Amino acid sequence: MGSRSVFHTFKRDIHLWLMVFPAIIVIILFNYIPMYGIQLAFRDFDFSKGLTGGEWRGLFYFKQFMDSFLFTDLMKNTFLISFTSIIVGFPAPILLALVLNQIRRKKMKNLMQTTVYLPHFISIIVLVGMLNVLLSPETGIVGYLMKSIGLGDINLLASTSTFIPVYVISDIWQHCGWNSIIYLAALSTVDPQLYDSSKIDGASRWQTIRYIDFPALIPTIVILFILSMGNILSTGFEKIFLMQNSLNLPVSEVIATYVYKIGIVSNQFSYASAIGLFNTLINFVFLFAMNAISKKASNTSLF
Amino acid sequence: MGGSRINGSEILFRIVLFMMCTLIFLSIIYPLYFIVIASISDSTLVSTGKVLFMPKNISFFGYDQILQDDRIWVGYRNTIFYTFAGTLVNLLVTLPAAYVLSRREFPARRFIMLAFVITMFFNGGLIPTYLLMKDLHLTNTLWMFILPFCVNVFYLIIARSFFESSLPSELYEAAAIDGCSHFAFFIKVALPLSKALISVIGLYYLVGHWNDFFTGLIYIRDNKLQPLQIVLRDILLSNQVFQNGAGAGGNAGGYAQKYADQIKYGVIIVSTLPILMIYPFLQKYFEKGVLIGSVKG
Repeated sequence: MGSRSVFHTFKRDIHLWLMVFPAIIVIILFNYIPMYGIQLAFRDFDFSKGLTGGEWRGLFYFKQFMDSFLFTDLMKNTFLISFTSIIVGFPAPILLALVLNQIRRKKMKNLMQTTVYLPHFISIIVLVGMLNVLLSPETGIVGYLMKSIGLGDINLLASTSTFIPVYVISDIWQHCGWNSIIYLAALSTVDPQLYDSSKIDGASRWQTIRYIDFPALIPTIVILFILSMGNILSTGFEKIFLMQNSLNLPVSEVIATYVYKIGIVSNQFSYASAIGLFNTLINFVFLFAMNAISKKASNTSLF
Repeated sequence: MGGSRINGSEILFRIVLFMMCTLIFLSIIYPLYFIVIASISDSTLVSTGKVLFMPKNISFFGYDQILQDDRIWVGYRNTIFYTFAGTLVNLLVTLPAAYVLSRREFPARRFIMLAFVITMFFNGGLIPTYLLMKDLHLTNTLWMFILPFCVNVFYLIIARSFFESSLPSELYEAAAIDGCSHFAFFIKVALPLSKALISVIGLYYLVGHWNDFFTGLIYIRDNKLQPLQIVLRDILLSNQVFQNGAGAGGNAGGYAQKYADQIKYGVIIVSTLPILMIYPFLQKYFEKGVLIGSVKG
């Protein structure tokens, strides 16, 4: 279908165009115009001239970022938090879905599903608030219990060694159930005849998980893994930001929180845009790399 | 399960499964249960590990303070307004667009879809977006919570796949012969057939608005416009528990600190309860919704 015919039917499809028009406007205005504004990363921001009027500075702000003393720390923290989240957090919903899928009694399964989805509906503020009241060394129950079994008073919220574990574990607690939905949906499409015939062959339930359920999940797993690699550096700004305090800052300052501080708090718009763009580019590299690898290895890919 | 033989391996499997489920269940429910009992117990007993399974020295002082706190009610009112107005606009824009993009006879659909999907992977970043909102004079207005990003492309894809699979093209052809336009078909046929979809997408959007604090943090300066989540941040994380500065003064200090945690536990419950109450009614649609959406990514 040529691109001419896309638009020459305009009059015939006027109703359809009217119905899709608001969405097109919203996407252009709030998604594409900011992309056009990316050039701010290569210009000096000038209040009177707006997003695209300032003087052209080329890669100046990128150089400034790479030369800055924070650069290595920011990169290290961002990668460390992201990779730990993926390595520990990614398999969790797969395992959970395999477990939930084995529950035969409908009521039990429903109760379990309702329960594991529940934390997803708690806001990030409330979750971090919960961590604060529960883990606080003076008034929190976890702090008290740790003291009473002799683990000493590590302040879990303000220690550089516990920031990542607390972040990752609480993330799994909150989202593991919700993320398992998509795997459960994939499992529900498995042909029941497969189970029947495996039963006749004398397969145990361990074996059906190993040889039927798990292979059935692989395409979904691959796609979601590629997607999560594509967001490797942009995970969890809000939560990391809220969990930050002056004591854990050496391990909790990541690119996204730094962009917020440089850009929104101290108004260095061009510098912050450059750092943000740098972040996006790394995400892109990861996305394409993972996509290419998986295309070769398993013939599954996003594009 | 009637005819199946139960051998040793099957028994072991069931025991392991049962134990895993119990463990998962308790690790999710217990922290939530603990917050409920801590919110009505004496804070000193809570922090010394005396309150583990049952509330002790029950008092509703925390809730009493919360009820008197204007900030919470202003935040609540704002959030309820933003949530309902926002979700309504979300659905008004997303559903018709998804319907159009599900029509195979609409020639521009591939092109428009591609333009939408690109925004899932690439965006302008925080700073250009922030400056745009400023130029549009949306910052510090309630529109900030309602207009920008009122289409979520991922939900749009789910809705489009749903319309594709639940509205066979013969249905529209039959209606068109009777003189029905796309517009009338969408209102009279497509929407009534899509209650499951509307509730899933509606809930996704609703929860997003209810829990949104980013918008308030970045774009809103005026306290009167702040959503509940920002108020919660002040109370839960910045320790501004008492509105009138009680607790700052010498004498009030000990008294305030004693109740500060009780108030925090109470605030967690007061702010989270509404959303937790809606969701079990819609839960049965989730899997269906995701399944439909995942047919074509």
